[in-house]
Amino acid sequence: MAESGQAAKPAAKPADQPTDQPVVVELKGVRKSFNLGLPNETEVLHGIDLTLRRGEFCAVMGPSGSGKSTLLNIVGLLDRPTQGLLTVCGEETTALADHALTRLRGHSIGFVFQFHNLLGAFTALENVLMPLLGDAGFPNAAMAERAAGLLDSVGLSPWRNQPAGLLSGGQQQRVALARALAMNPALLLADEPTGNLDTQSADAVFDLLRRVNREQGTSVLFVTHNPELAERCDKTIEVIDGRVVAQAGG
Amino acid sequence: MSGEAGAAVPASVPASVPALAQLPRWQPFEWIVALRFLREGRMQTAFIIGGVAIGVAVIVFMSALLSGLQANFMRRVLTGQAHIQLLPPKETVRPLRADTSGLKPGLVEGAVLQAPLQRLKSLDQWQGVAAQIRAMPEVLVVSPAATGSALVVRGDASRAISVVGMQPELYFRIVTMDDKIVRGSARLGSSDILIGTELAADLGVDLGDKLRITAASGAASTLTISGIFDLGNKGANERSTFMALRNAQSLLGLPGGVSVLDVTVRDVYAAEAVAQRITAATGVQADSWIRTNAQFFTAVNAQQSSNTLIRLFVALSVALGIASVLVVSVVQKSREIGILRAMGISRGQVLRVFLLQGGLLGLGGALVGSALGGMALLVWQRVQRNADGTPLFPLTFEPGLFAAALVLATLTGLVSAFAPALRAARLDPVVAIRG
Repeated sequence: MAESGQAAKPAAKPADQPTDQPVVVELKGVRKSFNLGLPNETEVLHGIDLTLRRGEFCAVMGPSGSGKSTLLNIVGLLDRPTQGLLTVCGEETTALADHALTRLRGHSIGFVFQFHNLLGAFTALENVLMPLLGDAGFPNAAMAERAAGLLDSVGLSPWRNQPAGLLSGGQQQRVALARALAMNPALLLADEPTGNLDTQSADAVFDLLRRVNREQGTSVLFVTHNPELAERCDKTIEVIDGRVVAQAGG
Repeated sequence: MSGEAGAAVPASVPASVPALAQLPRWQPFEWIVALRFLREGRMQTAFIIGGVAIGVAVIVFMSALLSGLQANFMRRVLTGQAHIQLLPPKETVRPLRADTSGLKPGLVEGAVLQAPLQRLKSLDQWQGVAAQIRAMPEVLVVSPAATGSALVVRGDASRAISVVGMQPELYFRIVTMDDKIVRGSARLGSSDILIGTELAADLGVDLGDKLRITAASGAASTLTISGIFDLGNKGANERSTFMALRNAQSLLGLPGGVSVLDVTVRDVYAAEAVAQRITAATGVQADSWIRTNAQFFTAVNAQQSSNTLIRLFVALSVALGIASVLVVSVVQKSREIGILRAMGISRGQVLRVFLLQGGLLGLGGALVGSALGGMALLVWQRVQRNADGTPLFPLTFEPGLFAAALVLATLTGLVSAFAPALRAARLDPVVAIRG
């Protein structure tokens, strides 16, 4: 997958987006409070309902502090809801033990964060390889080939043996994307992956995400402040003060 | 974060670069991450390995030195005497009980008792007792001896001597006379005698000369000097003499008898326990070297306890050093831990990554420390010498000591890493990623 290097035109929303695709993520009345039971208890999500089907590319917008990242952390099984139901890839997760959540996360969900996505002690290739290595226990040739293929698909083959810390911001995000795809997840969670990049790099990363979504049917939840990028997603939800106040598309 | 143009294409990266060049296939995930984390913080790693190494070097050096010193003491003390001695019971005074004198029955007369003379006498049934002791698995050698005092006269000179009559094939397994002979040999025929260097000088005699030995009873014997020894003690070299058991028996008036049974045991530190068992089994009083050299044994014990204490405190400081470095490392690596957890790495795997780092720091420090300790011992052996250029005492490089240092330091590393590793494993990935 080559880097476009230019701001791509907004992709037309596919009119034939199948609505009978299997549900990848479903939230029902999800609430999240911090400092439970303490005087300073704060509820940051107030009953979120959300459904994401296979192949859907959904933008999440909203001002800072509105609960977007908390929502993403809960969908990504990094955090647990205080109330409500969360189903990921057909599995109801609220009662799952920590090791089962970790396993489900490793196999079904890929993350791309805004900052500090990579392990600085490893090369670009090793970073991509890491989820496969963690899952299998020992390195093997097949996982190396897959990692190399993924790096190639984000156009970073020549940099594969470069220490992660020496890559540029855009390159780091592309390595992070390749790594997020290593386990072939059903769901990609991107928390402002373009927020810290210049327009050209941001477009390149977005295009890559879009392409993965289209070619592999990976569902994407994409947090962004950029309305232009949100416009290019299949649907957009807007979160304000811990509530989904608007949904468009889908 | 810079933009796309931040990093240029590396000059040449051939397409055939082996993908796994950096990751040995035999290494599990946890090893790979632990080693990489240690390598990334190389300054920190080097300092803590240096700290552990110094601790291990001190333990290795001190243990080898003290065990060498102790072995030297023990050798000096225990190659000149038996571990256990069986002696005939002392004669005691029995108070006279009078029940016919008109006094109350059972009343003791004569409240002041005079200690009786201790005549030289034989151990009762000594052959049976010796056979019984020899059958004990802890016992190495049982050597009968007839010992007493006599006078040696040559011309106008006379000297009081102590006579030890024994069976050389048994006794010289207890007192290694071959090492102590300076002239002649430790061979003892029926008319031979071994004397010390001081006595030989005092009497102006040498090998092959004859000595007339007279006992207090008047019995006398003329023997030929077959060897002259140096026991390392002037008094002993003046007085000690060794002869065949039969000669001593006839000289001391103990026909067929022995005044002492000398015993050596496998474990010198168990001598007292064995002595008590011998007394219980035979009814003969057995004195171990531990009891007869109580002060020396106390000194050895004190040395061992202080050695143990020093080891304990050094190990403690090593453990605290490793733990503090790992605590800092967990804080420094919290984002990485969060990312690892986000990509599906379990708490157990994170725990093992940090435990391994502790173990590796301990092992690395122990390897360097063992080498340093070994070198320090070599240098010490070269520098500290007797006036004649011989080493003060031999130091033994026991592989067991080095192996124990490696195992213990690695275990210390693992144990001290436990708290930081647990902290890393329990990190909330959301908080960790947010930093």
